[in-house]
Amino acid sequence: MLQTAQRTAKSKTKKTAPPHERFLEAFRWMLLARTLEEKLVSLYRGGLITGGVYIGKGQEAVSVACGLFLQKGDIFAPLIRDQAGRSAFGEPLLDVTRTYLGSRQGPMRGRDGNIHRGHPRKNELAMISHLGAMISVTVGALMAKRFKGDKDFIGLACIGEGGMQTGSFHEGMNIAAVEQVPLVVVATNNHYAYSTPNDREFACHDLVDRAIGYGFEGYSLDGTDLTACLDVIGSAVKRARAGRPPQLVVASVLRLSGHGEHDDASYVPDEVKRQPFARDCLKVAEKTIVDLNLLGAETLAQWRKDAAAQVDEAIATAQKEAPPEGDKEDWCAISTRDLADSFE
Amino acid sequence: MSITYLEAIREAQAKLLRDDDRVFIYGQDVGGTFGGAFKATKGLAKEFPGRVLNTPISEDAIVGTAIGAAIQGMRPIIEMQFADFSSLALNQILNNVGTHYWRTNVPVPITVRLPSGGTKGSGPFHSQSMESIYAHYPGLIVMTPATVEDAYTMLIEAVAIDDPVIYCEHKYLYYHLKADKLPDKGLPTGRARVAREGRDLTIVSYSAMMQESLAAADELAREGFETEVVDLRSVKPLDIDTVLASVARTGRLLCVGESFPWGGTTAEVIARVASAGFHLLDAGPQRLNAKDTPIPYHPNLWSVHRPNAKNITAKARALLRE
Repeated sequence: MLQTAQRTAKSKTKKTAPPHERFLEAFRWMLLARTLEEKLVSLYRGGLITGGVYIGKGQEAVSVACGLFLQKGDIFAPLIRDQAGRSAFGEPLLDVTRTYLGSRQGPMRGRDGNIHRGHPRKNELAMISHLGAMISVTVGALMAKRFKGDKDFIGLACIGEGGMQTGSFHEGMNIAAVEQVPLVVVATNNHYAYSTPNDREFACHDLVDRAIGYGFEGYSLDGTDLTACLDVIGSAVKRARAGRPPQLVVASVLRLSGHGEHDDASYVPDEVKRQPFARDCLKVAEKTIVDLNLLGAETLAQWRKDAAAQVDEAIATAQKEAPPEGDKEDWCAISTRDLADSFE
Repeated sequence: MSITYLEAIREAQAKLLRDDDRVFIYGQDVGGTFGGAFKATKGLAKEFPGRVLNTPISEDAIVGTAIGAAIQGMRPIIEMQFADFSSLALNQILNNVGTHYWRTNVPVPITVRLPSGGTKGSGPFHSQSMESIYAHYPGLIVMTPATVEDAYTMLIEAVAIDDPVIYCEHKYLYYHLKADKLPDKGLPTGRARVAREGRDLTIVSYSAMMQESLAAADELAREGFETEVVDLRSVKPLDIDTVLASVARTGRLLCVGESFPWGGTTAEVIARVASAGFHLLDAGPQRLNAKDTPIPYHPNLWSVHRPNAKNITAKARALLRE
């Protein structure tokens, strides 16, 4: 079995851009995610969102590539900073605003909030806060598809370098390789686990080297470069679909926000913010668009307006909807109602 | 012909694999020619190729995998090699599968088999009873069969239930309990059973402690006391109506469980009886659990660490004198 970690060439040396259409589609999802999350942040600052707001600023290029290549029947396990990928995968904006604003009509119905949402029946798994736990869940979903005789499916699970240090992650990666499921794991190293920098998170030379140990094929990626994200993650998806061993992609970015919006990230030193991995992927992508003249300035402005309008509508709709009510709630944690314990 | 508690578990799994394509068994050493540390899956890998699968020693990933498969429509049965090791899967069980239906409206039908409870010489890490931990958390059904017949029918029912089931099978009963034949149908889950009728005292128990309580009832009968023994069968849901009806007949309650004494199933039964049936009690309700120390290795220590027929009898005698 081939089990070597490979590195792609540095994205800067890549001469060819991916097809413009795909690049622009990806950019548009990124723009939508950024617009939405900026709006969520202002709602939070205004006291209109209870709990927390966790955004994917700086990680949109990696995330969108995670969602964009998945097809009907594929399994997606997004994580905390994957708004762009969720949207590209097909999650309606209303799911997001309803969950953040606590609408009873959202997928979580006020029972869970913010990024803890999903549509398991539509193959978008609902993450739990305990990192690493969703890797093996994705493996099991893929095994079920194999048991059922489904064809042409893959799974893609997202993780960060923080989550990569959990036991659950290690167990999940190992069992994925043992079961030889068509899985892509995209790990975004955003250089901070909450406030803890890389040097207190792990001591290996390069996280992608772990691919060999797990029995994955491994690839590195400059996560600030949308072209590279589409290329490397797209290729990993293709290889998984073709029956290659599970794929690990490790992308390097800087989290351009706090852990959540309650966190000002003052612990990130200025010199880190000047590193190449600290570039804003959205600005980089926009520069590519302008440099290569892929879109006119008017179209670009129109796209921004469209994104803002979609976001405003999704927020306005969710804000009009009724919240859950304690005395009308169905307080039953199992579906087999006659087996619910009675505490009367 | 006689069939043991362990064979009943194997037979139930064979039937499930035969009758339902969605069922597969996943766990450490369950497959190949080995058939599990206790042989609960012996021969099944050969009979059902590709559906009885060995796993790495990765309790968290084993349960996680089962969750994903169940969301996609399968009915996985997990064997934890020992209940004690399910502590390594607590996150997947309590936080992932236990919350899933409530959060997403999608139920997750996994069955987790836990070879539970003490046997001679097994020590602190191969003897634990975890049912009270799992019952404490929302979203899980917790079965604790005490008879060969229940071991069989309840495991079949566990897999049929759309929600996650923690199925606590007692290792001490594996070879000690025998029945003539397996029933087609048992009492439904959630219904306790009066295993022995009496009018002087109610002992509420489950799993192996139910058998110890029956032995205690025999001894008390020789002393002229008629003991009613209620077998809870499942600790969640807890059939408090059957318990209250029994206490209404006897006026005295002793709860016996093998897990540790702080909180737990016996405390829960007493709390509910005291709350709903205070007027039925002629004496303060009592309980007997294992001691509040890790489970000892040496048989001399182990035999007094857990409740047994002898100390249950002593506790019952004291209660009857009140």
